[in-house]
Amino acid sequence: MAVPVVRSDRRGLVLGAAALSALALLPKAALATPQAASELLRKLVKGAPRQGRVVLHAADIAENGNSVPLTVTVESPMTEKDHVSAIHVVSGGNPNPGVVSVRLGPANGKAEIALRIRLAESDKVIAVAEMSDGSVWIGSREIAVTVGGCGG
Amino acid sequence: MATDLKPRIRLPSQIKMGDVVEVKTLVTHDMESGHRRDASGALVPRRIINKMTCAYNGRPVFEATLEPAVAANPYIAFFLKVTESGTLDFAWTDDDGTVTRAKQAIKVG
Repeated sequence: MAVPVVRSDRRGLVLGAAALSALALLPKAALATPQAASELLRKLVKGAPRQGRVVLHAADIAENGNSVPLTVTVESPMTEKDHVSAIHVVSGGNPNPGVVSVRLGPANGKAEIALRIRLAESDKVIAVAEMSDGSVWIGSREIAVTVGGCGG
Repeated sequence: MATDLKPRIRLPSQIKMGDVVEVKTLVTHDMESGHRRDASGALVPRRIINKMTCAYNGRPVFEATLEPAVAANPYIAFFLKVTESGTLDFAWTDDDGTVTRAKQAIKVG
């Protein structure tokens, strides 16, 4: 009795593998690359970003790529002398790497934004913060997407 | 996409002088990315809210530039340090040039 069960499992495996490779052959919409994302970042901000101070909060796995809640927090006292002046969010896995850019200032009191974004595929989402002293900080987060957004 | 967008703004119910409060905003909009195809296979042209701004008693305090990677019915939340009672003026700019405005009173209690 055990033998046929094993066989059917194997068949299932083979079928699954065939289905997967067929999926891989389907034409895909042209997506931006991590290179495109870093190029855009170079255009948006001056100077080399340093790791740290920028934290991205999101679920590790987004079931629906059409609406992925994301919070970006930047460590800053947000005073007249020392504040975040801008936050840029980019993603390499979408048709266009840009997601959102915001301008902030001491009037905000806290350098944090929340929004819902679209992700076409599992990818690293990157946030960059520009400070009033001219320094630039970068943070990122891998988000796995079960069903991609952006239509298709 | 209807042109009469419904903006929604939410502030904490009780605000004290000097509080740093979260301002939550949402506006109804398809945020058509320009990458989606309709039933006949033609690309649906891009039409999104590309800019959202907020002014606090006339002073700009927040500005966001949105790309098609922002989800439909764009929800955006940010923080604001409350220094006086007054008005928050919000504006959302559509790709077609339409600007939807909303006001929210802010009352220090």
